[in-house]
Amino acid sequence: MSTLQYLILIPGLIFVLMSVASGLIWLERRLLGIWQDRYGPNRVGPFGILQVLADILKVFTKEDWVPPFADKPVFIIAPAIIVVTVLITFAVVPFGPRAGLADLNIGLLFFLAMSSLGVYSVALAGWASDSKYSLLGGLRASAQMISYEVFMGLSLMGVVMLAGSFNLRTIVLAQKHMWNIVPQFLGFIIFMIAGIAETHRLPFDLPEAESELVAGFHSEYSGMKFGMFFLGEYFGITLISAMMTTLFLGGWFGPVLPPIVWFAVKTLAFICFFILLRATLPRPRYDQLMSFGWKAMFPLSLVNLLVTGGLILAGR
Amino acid sequence: MLALLRALWLILLHTFKKRVTVQYPERKAYVPPRWRGRIILSRDPDGGERCVACCLCAVACPVDCIALQATEDKTGRRYPETFRINFSRCIFCGYCEEACPTYAIQLTTDYEMGEYRRANLVYEKEDLLISGQGKYPGYNFYRVAGLEIGGKAKGEAENERPPVDVRGLLP
Ligand code: SF4
Ligand code: SF4
Repeated sequence: MSTLQYLILIPGLIFVLMSVASGLIWLERRLLGIWQDRYGPNRVGPFGILQVLADILKVFTKEDWVPPFADKPVFIIAPAIIVVTVLITFAVVPFGPRAGLADLNIGLLFFLAMSSLGVYSVALAGWASDSKYSLLGGLRASAQMISYEVFMGLSLMGVVMLAGSFNLRTIVLAQKHMWNIVPQFLGFIIFMIAGIAETHRLPFDLPEAESELVAGFHSEYSGMKFGMFFLGEYFGITLISAMMTTLFLGGWFGPVLPPIVWFAVKTLAFICFFILLRATLPRPRYDQLMSFGWKAMFPLSLVNLLVTGGLILAGR
Repeated sequence: MLALLRALWLILLHTFKKRVTVQYPERKAYVPPRWRGRIILSRDPDGGERCVACCLCAVACPVDCIALQATEDKTGRRYPETFRINFSRCIFCGYCEEACPTYAIQLTTDYEMGEYRRANLVYEKEDLLISGQGKYPGYNFYRVAGLEIGGKAKGEAENERPPVDVRGLLP
């Protein structure tokens, strides 16, 4: 692709992602409402879809307050990190057979690296806010990320072995006949759990934990800086759903409909599933989360790795 | 693990449950008749003001949001010159209605009192006084009270005998 094409594609992709992320706010509120026997926002515009616009206008007109005790530069830069890292990762996602920005041969590693960089945002925000709730939130986020990052990577190695490549496009092409979710079901479950923890969505939203930590790492944030965290979270959900689609659900493959539509449908289904999880599960205690990660998920992903490797060797 | 999947399934089934939300402006929730809403001042069956400006409601009010000024007409009948309720402070406890000896002040079932300007929440007497009798029809304080006011001498009230002439000699 030429530079000009990139110059059009990149803002286009960012625009699409922005709309998706803000649409997700509406979708989540609506779905949560439905699952709690309510309606959710249904007043502004048809089905309440313009609620998004109202929310955006509101968040932009809120006072953007930096507390005097905060570490100002870090405080300001922290919310940007999460948005930037997630947005950069979208460059390697293959949306269709010819769509997608970069065809990186280490795409999967790039994704893992960038999503772990995201923790800096949360940890720095918690640190720079200079408030005990934020600090606790940031601490939890770092511990959670470190432990869940490990088996997130390990759970994906089975996929890599099957495709024989780190390139996301090659991984999708390798699933032409059978989606990875069948041979790699355990890996899929582990990756999903790790993904939820990675984006700190409920039930693994311990860094935020409204009921105990006010709002965790973003207690001190307001206005659009808070909005950036929110945006980052929704970008994160979209990213994890897109990655699950790419790695386990055959990416753009599917009958009849055009590839990009299949990709969108699968991603949306995962997003809705995440919201269903949020509507269902209570938040675990912090030590439960950690021991679940290290004592259950980590060995399981190792077993998955060994068995997959063994089977591939035996099949040779 | 199985319980978890079952929980997910049960929550998903809630998609088809009946909503509990009442779509408010179009459909209104049921309001019981004794609902404590917007406060009114009522009139007696003869069309006179019931309030006798005794200030008991203002004393009973826990947030001190009632202010009134008592006065008397030519016949000696007391009534409030001004009567003001600050609804931005009122907590709708209904103590004023309980304290009132004449059924004058009453809480009604109306709750749609939203205002854009705070000052509009201060209701004056002309906003409060209605033309009807409110929740307690047929009661007229001066008809049962043994007080002499214009148009009604002593002994003319209901269940009241004419006063005894203590200086007269007849039994
Ligand atoms: S309802 Fe309660 S708060 Fe309101 S005016 Fe009456 S006594 Fe005061
Ligand atoms: S409303 Fe009732 S309690 Fe209040 S001043 Fe009038 S008569 Fe007295």
